[in-house]
Amino acid sequence: MCTSIVEIVAAEGMAKREDEWFPLTHAVVAYDHARHAVLADVITLDFINQELPPGARAGVELTLETAKALHAALAKAIAEAEVEEAERAEGIAQARRAAKVVKLAAA
Amino acid sequence: MTYRGMTVEEIKINGDKGTPISAYVARPSGPGPFPGVVLVHHLPAWSEWYCEQTRKFAHHGYIAICANLYERNGQGNPDDVGAKVRAEGGVPDAQVIGDTEAAVKWMRAQPGLNGKVGLFGSCSGGRHAFLYACNKKDVDACVELWGGRVVMGKEELNAKTPVSPIELTKDLSCPLLGIFGNEDRAPSPEQVNQHEAELKKHGKAHEFYRYDGAGHGIFYYHRPLYRVEQALDGWNKVFAFLGKHLAK
Repeated sequence: MCTSIVEIVAAEGMAKREDEWFPLTHAVVAYDHARHAVLADVITLDFINQELPPGARAGVELTLETAKALHAALAKAIAEAEVEEAERAEGIAQARRAAKVVKLAAA
Repeated sequence: MTYRGMTVEEIKINGDKGTPISAYVARPSGPGPFPGVVLVHHLPAWSEWYCEQTRKFAHHGYIAICANLYERNGQGNPDDVGAKVRAEGGVPDAQVIGDTEAAVKWMRAQPGLNGKVGLFGSCSGGRHAFLYACNKKDVDACVELWGGRVVMGKEELNAKTPVSPIELTKDLSCPLLGIFGNEDRAPSPEQVNQHEAELKKHGKAHEFYRYDGAGHGIFYYHRPLYRVEQALDGWNKVFAFLGKHLAK
């Protein structure tokens, strides 16, 4: 790579190549020369499994504008997901408290 | 003189630490003697473009070899192999030097070689070609095309790339040809200035050509980076430089 703009994070999840899904070990974000997009430099996202052959890869090349829009969309979805997760956690806690009250009453 | 007839094959050589690696070889027809060129590929891996350029050198009368520097990272589409290498933080500089040394040794053992060997690399391969020529004394000329990260900040150094190549300029062992685009950011014009200033400081023979209207990857005809006028002139510079330094 000629630029030094590369970020590598451990990843848990699955990615798809053709009709096959594979488990992930890493996600890589880079800003470097496009290999396929008819553009000069691009944000590349690669979802890979380092334990599998190189073909275990879901990759995209995005314009900077697309990457920014994706970044904003991810941030919005994650924020909303965290609210849901918090509500779910609170719901579970409430249910547990209620179950404890019922159990105590029965005793 | 051009050589339309050539033989092309894929061979195995013993790379760094004796690990077998693949190499693409093109040899012009005829008894020679021919000069040799060792091609050092870029991050897009041991790609079709590098195989094409290996044949281009044979067409121009050079025995040429391009070793697969990513052999250890797996087999497959070069794009995927390159992505895997990037995900692993690149390949160690020392390993690339070891693999390239194996290609140079293979070249020097070829019957029909005129005794002269040059290096050719672009992008990360340009950086690695320069790095090799600073670490070893067995090549006679080096072509560095838009090598990024020849100038590295301390924060960029790590176990795989422990030394900024520019720091080794004093050890450069052969004449250097550099071709760069003034719109490039990796290397930026400022970094090319530093690169050239260091060469001058140490009295190293070099020719730098810096093109306006061009950025990175000037020769990559399959990419929007391609600049036809600069590429045609740049190739002329490459063959003039190698013709001068690899003639016997």
